[in-house]
Parts: sequence; structure tokens; C-alpha cells
Amino acid sequence: MATQKTEGRPHTAALSAEPAIELVGISKAFGPVQANKDISIRVMPGTIHGIIGENGAGKSTLMSILYGFYKADAGEVFIRGQKTEIPDSQAAIAAGIGMVFQHFKLVENFSVLENVVLGAESGARLMPSLSKARKLLIELAREYELNVDPDALIEDIGVGMQQRVEILKALYRQADILILDEPTGVLTPAEADHLFRILEGLKAQGKTIILITHKLREIMEVTDTVSVMRRGEMTATVKTAETSPEQLAELMVGRKVLLRVDKKPAQPAATVLDVQNLSVTDEDGVQRLKDISLNVRAGEILGIAGVAGNGQSELLNVLGGIMPGTGRVELNGESIDLTGKFSDGQSRRERGIAHVPEDRQRLGLIMDFAAWENTIFGYHHDPAYQRSSLFMNNDAIRAETALKMQRFDVRPPDPQLKAKSFSGGNQQKIVLAREIERNPDLLLVGQPTRGVDIGAIEFIHQQIVALRDQGKAILLVSVELDEIMSLSDRIAVMFDGHIMGERLPSETDEKELGMMMAGMGEGA
Amino acid sequence: MDYQVILQILDSTLRLATPLLLACLAGLFSERAGIFDIGLEGKMLIAAFFSAAIAATTGSVWIGLFAGISASVALAMLHGLASITFRGDQLISGVAINFLAAGLTVLISEDWFQQGGRTPQLAGAARFNPIDLPFADTFSVVPILGPIYKEVISGHTILVYAALLAVPLTWYVLFRTRFGLRLRAVGENPGAVDTAGISVTRLRYTAVVICGILCGLAGAYLATGFAAGFVKEMSAGRGFIALAALIFAKWRPWQALGATLLFGLLDALGTRYQNIEVIGFNVPVQFMQALPYILTVVILAGFVGKAIPPRAGGAPYVKER
Repeated sequence: MATQKTEGRPHTAALSAEPAIELVGISKAFGPVQANKDISIRVMPGTIHGIIGENGAGKSTLMSILYGFYKADAGEVFIRGQKTEIPDSQAAIAAGIGMVFQHFKLVENFSVLENVVLGAESGARLMPSLSKARKLLIELAREYELNVDPDALIEDIGVGMQQRVEILKALYRQADILILDEPTGVLTPAEADHLFRILEGLKAQGKTIILITHKLREIMEVTDTVSVMRRGEMTATVKTAETSPEQLAELMVGRKVLLRVDKKPAQPAATVLDVQNLSVTDEDGVQRLKDISLNVRAGEILGIAGVAGNGQSELLNVLGGIMPGTGRVELNGESIDLTGKFSDGQSRRERGIAHVPEDRQRLGLIMDFAAWENTIFGYHHDPAYQRSSLFMNNDAIRAETALKMQRFDVRPPDPQLKAKSFSGGNQQKIVLAREIERNPDLLLVGQPTRGVDIGAIEFIHQQIVALRDQGKAILLVSVELDEIMSLSDRIAVMFDGHIMGERLPSETDEKELGMMMAGMGEGA
Repeated sequence: MDYQVILQILDSTLRLATPLLLACLAGLFSERAGIFDIGLEGKMLIAAFFSAAIAATTGSVWIGLFAGISASVALAMLHGLASITFRGDQLISGVAINFLAAGLTVLISEDWFQQGGRTPQLAGAARFNPIDLPFADTFSVVPILGPIYKEVISGHTILVYAALLAVPLTWYVLFRTRFGLRLRAVGENPGAVDTAGISVTRLRYTAVVICGILCGLAGAYLATGFAAGFVKEMSAGRGFIALAALIFAKWRPWQALGATLLFGLLDALGTRYQNIEVIGFNVPVQFMQALPYILTVVILAGFVGKAIPPRAGGAPYVKER
């Protein structure tokens, strides 16, 4: 194996001038798609280096090359000044590189200890490995404030702690270069802050950290240097202190981007949705919604803030007709059946409730179906789509889809393409086009920009605001506090199935909302 | 029912449970590594044939055993090739292996021996003979325990003892070794194993080969220990019963022993009591013989509580970006 590890560091002064990682001219193509084009980057030791770029910009491909998942078509990798071949993950680990993936690579029914030891056991027998690891783990946890219970099962601990296990895994393997891929996607604001404190601590100990993200705020907050990627190319590397979010966004997208949503004050009219004492118990007998009351008026956006899993999903599903509940819900003064016996998603749509589900790939689209088929789901009974009582008018549907794709700027605008071939943002635009174009009275929209690029986020936000300005009622659920703050006309915070309270965006801040999301503040 | 009869039933329970136990542990290794294997039946069958055929030809049961295991491992590798290397559907591959084994064994044996799909009767060194454990006769005078030792524990072929030994061995390997930790991990989340720098492919092939060896032992026992020669279709669904036992045991070795002993007991009862009267009603022999199969259906229908299979089971591992 060609892997080399530098042994001994005689000249500390000389070393600090030498990059921890240097990539020179890295190129990688997947078939006709050039994921990385001649990328060069220098990451200095003891720094936090951000890599920012839209989805598909090639960030993850680049890091996968560094971690031995892919072999670069061209280019060289230098680690601590030594030219290093990284044919597989084993070699990357041996070179002192640790990676924390966006989707954790943990065995759910193993203990923390077993997960840390897996692949780095000290011998063929397990017990000596585990007891040795336990000691080291406790030391590491103390040193870096990564407190975890070694004997807890992964499935029993929260995502924040799971992430700490991933970091411990890397440290246990003596990584001194740590790559984190979109680490805050699943974290609450408080957990994210905790993570950043850990990263600062690691940096203070001389570790080098590469932070991959698409969130500008994080880059500005914790990184020392930031590299921007766009369409497989490295467009710039700048000192974080010498740049601004606006400049980075422009570098990412290639044009000026509006980071704040531009909207006029709301003109709320009559109440469209009136929810009284709504409760929901799921299949496992857990009560997910506890006596919720809220209303949404025409021409306003009600934003529901909260950490994922506090009942927001169930609220959307009950109103969308996917889940039964108890209580009273009225649309334009007429009650809606909640038992699930007399109504479903189909009849909700006929009543004028459009639903953009949180999980667009599971509930919003059929990934293996073409775009034109996906644009009529839920409305496929519409006589406009029928040629006769037996056959559908596919040509008409395709023609209409082509128009919708144009209006919603779906790229590529090809109705025949399967849903899975589109990027996250374009998939979301297909779902939005389907739901908004039916002119609903009420739009339920969950996580509208999850996994969506910055440029597309701007467009999606504009569409939602435009619908509001047409006098429609919008119920927005998002775990992104920024999104809630900038889109909503009123904000309701959910915690543990309760509404903790309502705020006006102009009269609150992230800190107050964050407290309410954590269940503190006014009681429910 | 006197004591002697109970002992005889327990004795045949042990003999009938042995092939189930070996096949069940075979499935345990494979499925714990994330490779579902409904081809246990086929592997047992082909091992039964080749062990009997080679034992009959060479006169040595040990060479026969080796041949049986080799044939079973060959089919296991085929399953591995289809489901690991070519990322095919593991159920379809398993079904294909069962058909392949059912057809091949009859075809080859007819061409080879011309005895209607049978191998010649095995005798002497060409089959596994019962071993009398030391002091069996001496202890038999001890009340209650003595007869148990003589009638139930002693007097089996070496493969029965090997199967019983395989239980603690499997437990140790699975829960007390590095290999076991990795094997269990690869069945739960191969991504975790891969990113830890361990080859998913090599681990899964190893598991599949172990499965082949254990199925080979099970098949060889059927034809050269339990019976004295190969008869077509002689595995008689035992591979599927072993799968049911595996689910019943929730993929754990000691529970696998318990589950297979239960199936063995039902089989033994069905064989011993061809006709019994329950409250004046004559239970037909067919019902008694169907008992293990009925229990299989009951288990598979989920009447024994929730059994969670290894999470990555049945899915080929594809590296994600």
C-alpha cells in the first residue's frame, strides 16, 4: 500500500507553514457529468476550513475522494506535505483523516462503545478491545467535552449525541484532520452551538477541521477560511473575516441572490382555517398532538416553528387527510371530517386544501415516475385529464406539465424525465407547481426548502409569498428558524405536541423562539 | 407413558433436531451478515447427495462429508456471487438454488447409480455410526440420570455432538470476537462497516461460506448419519423449518437450539404416535406428521411476538455518495 504517514515533526515552525491537506488539480467525472474540475485547495493545520456550495456543486465528491470512497481521475493529494495515495477508507484513516457523514454511519442496536471500536479493535477477542476502548473513550470525552454514555444504545440517544459518537469514532482512530459533511442539518440551534463549541475545542488542540455546509450563517460563525464551489469548480478561497454572506452567496450561485425574503406587510382577511382542540394519537398509542387550537386567515402565512418531531408532521398530516385525529377543524366555516372514514387526501384537495408534504420523495412524488405523471397526482380524476371514461389524455397532461415547468423554472424542463433525475430543488418546484396551480384556498407546506439550493430557495419563497398576496391562507412548517422568521406573518412554536405560544416576527428573536422550541417560556 | 418411552422420544428429538440446528445456525451466520438465505434447503439437499454418493463410491464417510460440504459451499458461493457481487435479489437467488439442487441431485444420482434417484445403501465406514460415550453402561444403573445419559445423551453420531458444540461456538464467535462484531454490524448497517475501513464484500462472503459449511454438515448428517443413503427430496422442507426456527429464535444461537429442539420434539411425537385418540376422537397420522410444518406457519405468521430481522438484511450494499 502506498499510504505514508509522516513520522515525527522536527520543526514545528516549518510545519505550521505546511498545509495539513493540499489537493492539486483534482478532477473526477461520473459518465458525462464532471463532478470535480481541476480543483486545488490548501487547508492549513489548526484551522476550521469551510467548503460551501450548492447541492451538486461537487463538495461531497471532493471529500469522498479524500476519504477513499472514489478514485480521482486526475490530481494529487498531499497530507502534511507528503504525497499520499488514498485507495480506500482504510488508507484515509491511516493518514489521520476522520469523516463525519451527513447520514451517520452508526449501527443502531450497538452500544456507543461497540460503534467506536468497530473496525479499530485491538485484537481478535472483543472483550479486551472494549475495556481498552472504554478507558480511552472516557479520556477523550473529558478532553473534548464530548460527554456520552459508552453503554447507551445508539437507537436510544438523540441525534446530537449520535453525532458526538461519530466525532469520537474519528478521534479514537487518532484522526487529526476531521471532515464534517453538513453536520447541522439534523440539529437544533442549541445542539448546533454545542457542536461549534466542540469544534473550537478541537481546533484549540491543533486539529484541522473541514466543514462542508450550504448554510452561510455557520460558515460566518465558525470558519477561519472558506472555499466556495460551483458546478464542480472551486470559485474562490477567502478569509472568512474578509467576506460577507452576500458575497459568498453570489460566489455560490453565480449571480446576486436576495438572502432576505422581500415581501409587503400581510393583508389578512377572513379566517380560512380554524382548528379547535385538535388531538392526535399515532399507531403506537403515543399522543402526538395535544389539544391544539390555531387559525390561519386569508392572505397570511402562519409559520410553525419547532424542533423536528414535536408534532408538526402530524399536524400537517391530519389537516392533509393522511392521518385521523379528534377535535374540530373548519375550512371557510364548514367542518372537515377528521375520523378518516369519510375523507382522505383526495377529498381535502377537492375542498381546496393543497398539501406540499414534508418528505417530498416519499409522500410528494413517485420517484420512478416521469415528471408529467407526478404533476397530476391527487388531481388525476379531473375531467380535463381524461380522454374518455377509460383512457387518460396523456398528451394534454404532458403539454400542461411543460407549461408548469416553464412557469416554475424547473430545470431541465423535460416532462418525460423521471422525478428522481431532478435535483432536490427542482423536485420541490414540481410538487409546488402541482399544488399551487390548482388555486387552493389553503396551502399546507412542510419543509419547503429542505435540501434545496440557495438559488431555488429564493424562487420557492417568492412563490409562497405570491400565493399569500393573492389572498390565500398558508400554513408553513419548517425546522429552519431563518425560514420561519423571514416568511411568516405570525409564528406559532410547537413543543411536545403543544403550541407553546404565538409571536409576531417583528416582536421576537431567534433566542426567544429557541427557548420556546426547547419547551421553556410560557406554559402550554 | 413410561419413563423408557419418554427417553426414546427425547433421543429421537435430538436426532431429528440436529439437521435443523445446523441449518438454523447456517442461516444465522448468513442473515446476521445481511444476506437472506432461503436456499438452506437446496444446500442441505446437495450436500446430502454428494456426501452419500462419495461415501458409497469411496467407502469413506469422511471423504463423503468433505464432498458434501464442498458442494454446499459451491452453492453458497453462487448465492454470494448473485447477491453480493452482482447485487441481485436474494430471494430469487435462493429459490433458484433450491430448484437447482432438487433437479441436479435426482439427475446425477439416476445417471450415476440407476437406482431411481437413490444412492446405494451405506454401511460400515461409509456412514457415521453411533458413538457410545464413556461409562454409558456403568452409569445406567444410576436412577433417572443414568438412563438419560445412556439413552438420550450417548449413542449418537459425531455430527450430533458437533451440532450441539456449534451452539456455544456460534455464540462466542458472534458476541465475543472482533469478527462477530463486524459480522453483526454488516447485517445492520454496512455503511458503518465500510466507512470504518473494512471490506463489506469480504465479510459477507465469509458469512456465506460459513453458512455453506454448516448446511453441508446438516445435509451430510441427513444422508450418512440419520439415514443410510440419499433419497430424492430427502431434506423434506427442513431448510424452511430451520428458517422458521431462526425467526422464532430471533437470530440468536441459544434460542436457535431451543427452537430446533421444539421442532425436533414435534417431529419425534409425530413419528412415534401415528394414531392417537384425544377425547374419543382419532387424530389422523397425517396431522401428527404435519405438526412441525403447522408450527412453521404459525411462527411465520408472527404469532410468537415481534421478530426484528437484521436491518440491512436482503439489501445489496451500494456505496452512496
